[in-house]
Amino acid sequence: MPNFIMSYLGIKDAITPGAAGSQFWALVYVFIIFAGVSVAVMAMNWLERKALAHFQIRLGPMRVGPHGLLQPIADAIKLMLKEDIIPAEADQFVFWVAPLIGLLAAFTVYTVIPFGPSQAVSDMNIGILFMLGVSSLGVLGIVVAGWASNSHYPLIGALRSSAQMVSYEVAMGLAVVSAILMTSLNAAGTGTLSMIGIVQAQQQQGVWFIFKFFPLGLIAFGIFAIAMIAETNRAPFDMAEAESELTAGYHTEYSGLRWSLFMLAEYAAMIAVSSIAVALWLGGWMRPFPNLLHGPAWDFIFSLFPSFTFLGLAAIAVVGTVRMPAHSFFKIQRIGLAAFAAVLGFIALLLLVIAVAGRSADAGVAASSAARFREGIDYVYWFVFKVAIFMYLFIWYRATWPRYRFDQLMKIGWKVMLPISLVVLIATAIVGVLVS
Amino acid sequence: MNPALNSGLNSAVNAGMAPVATPWFFYVLAGLAVVSGLLVITRRNAVHSALALIVTLLAVTGLYLMLYAPFVAAVQIFVYAGGIMLLFLFVIMLVNIERSSKDRQFNRMWPVGLAAACALLALFVSAFVKGKALFPDRMISLPESSNTQQIAGMLYGEAGRMGEYTFAFEIASLLLLVAILGAVIMTKKKI
Repeated sequence: MPNFIMSYLGIKDAITPGAAGSQFWALVYVFIIFAGVSVAVMAMNWLERKALAHFQIRLGPMRVGPHGLLQPIADAIKLMLKEDIIPAEADQFVFWVAPLIGLLAAFTVYTVIPFGPSQAVSDMNIGILFMLGVSSLGVLGIVVAGWASNSHYPLIGALRSSAQMVSYEVAMGLAVVSAILMTSLNAAGTGTLSMIGIVQAQQQQGVWFIFKFFPLGLIAFGIFAIAMIAETNRAPFDMAEAESELTAGYHTEYSGLRWSLFMLAEYAAMIAVSSIAVALWLGGWMRPFPNLLHGPAWDFIFSLFPSFTFLGLAAIAVVGTVRMPAHSFFKIQRIGLAAFAAVLGFIALLLLVIAVAGRSADAGVAASSAARFREGIDYVYWFVFKVAIFMYLFIWYRATWPRYRFDQLMKIGWKVMLPISLVVLIATAIVGVLVS
Repeated sequence: MNPALNSGLNSAVNAGMAPVATPWFFYVLAGLAVVSGLLVITRRNAVHSALALIVTLLAVTGLYLMLYAPFVAAVQIFVYAGGIMLLFLFVIMLVNIERSSKDRQFNRMWPVGLAAACALLALFVSAFVKGKALFPDRMISLPESSNTQQIAGMLYGEAGRMGEYTFAFEIASLLLLVAILGAVIMTKKKI
């Protein structure tokens, strides 16, 4: 039995549960991803409030738990206990079903996200098309919610959102096509739409697509990075929920749990589009400089990163515990934070043990289960690390840039980004033919 | 028989995996498509009709997947469910639903619609009755991993071979371009 599990966690001749036809393991992966994304959304919620506060020289949440660490949990309980109001004039059924459409679309996308060469629920031949298509269904939830509320602000928010999505999807799609074009420049001459295949193409060609045909890959990536903010309705393109103009936009009439489903869908969609960007341009699960700094020694050094990350977090928690005011009010908080630090430290220790036990220097037992386990952790770590950078950028953008006006938004989408992405696509095709 | 198709058939048989495309799935998807299709034409509220149409399109997407046509399925989601239906909703939302749902049908097109539906039904029934003689007795399934690439080969040609449908494909795209330009010219007063 352990060997069976290892064959899924490891890389050597391992395949995704979808390709293996194992429904049980597919279900296990789905549950792991669902739990992981939900926890990530809660962490992101806390981080966003904290980071935004610090950008504006405020403290942010401080009361619930040490440095407001338990704030997301308190918020979740509050939202669940709140009354769920459905306006009398609203279209009852559509109002009820709208948040579920967005949530379903945001979470369905995760079936093809490649956390590693075998760490995905399934590897579809049409992976990237499936991701773009299903994530574009998410906007239906927003549009329908705005209409069903039977109120002015939500309707305007929904109209803006649908216009914005249609406009930016075009530029986004063209940027993605230029990345897919790059996968076809290999020995066999055929490209791929599979998410795992796209990352493996970058591995074979020895270059992340962001650096390929410099600056063409970089420009395509830049267009995608701008379009994905518009696609997820985030600042500075959050026209659909511009609170200075539309109160809260499409979810003005929503409250309680139903409102929190919208938030969950928004953050899940943010993680999903960030994963597309990571898989297409930033080498997916590959660690930095795999062909420059290669060999068992470098492998070992880079495999220490997961453990050091948790060690760093534990150190921050320890510093917080030490600096806590020595008043009896803070006694429980101090104990809690110390326990949190201990848990983080334990995880770091566990990862360190796995990294040392799975050193690929012992080439004789290269296929040992510890080595496979270590590799699996490395893949997931680097993928999540890259996605986390994007999530921080989302917060940074929101704190830095003022909101666009709607006509400016449309102008940028159609008159700037679309022509540039077309030129980049054609230039990529020409350069690709000339090189190969 | 075409050797490429033959090998595809063999590989599907040899793969030894339990096929996902079971009759159970077909009946669920087909039933969903028929029921939501009926809802599209019977609902008085236009937005409800549009939502039912989205469900129909997604059910048909599932049927495409069962026919081992993943690329067509993805494009169906991307273009119809995601793009065109969004524009439908965009327009319908601006209509006054209260008034339009009380309006009576004012054109007399239903006999034509009924005749067309009956003709289609007759076609389906005849295909069902005589199907054994008309169609091959088993489905030819291309390997899932190269399905999309084979579509590209047919459209644009592979190494040393012209694509069979290159000309038709390019003509169709030209037609679409003309339609786009026509729409722009008709809406703009001054170019």
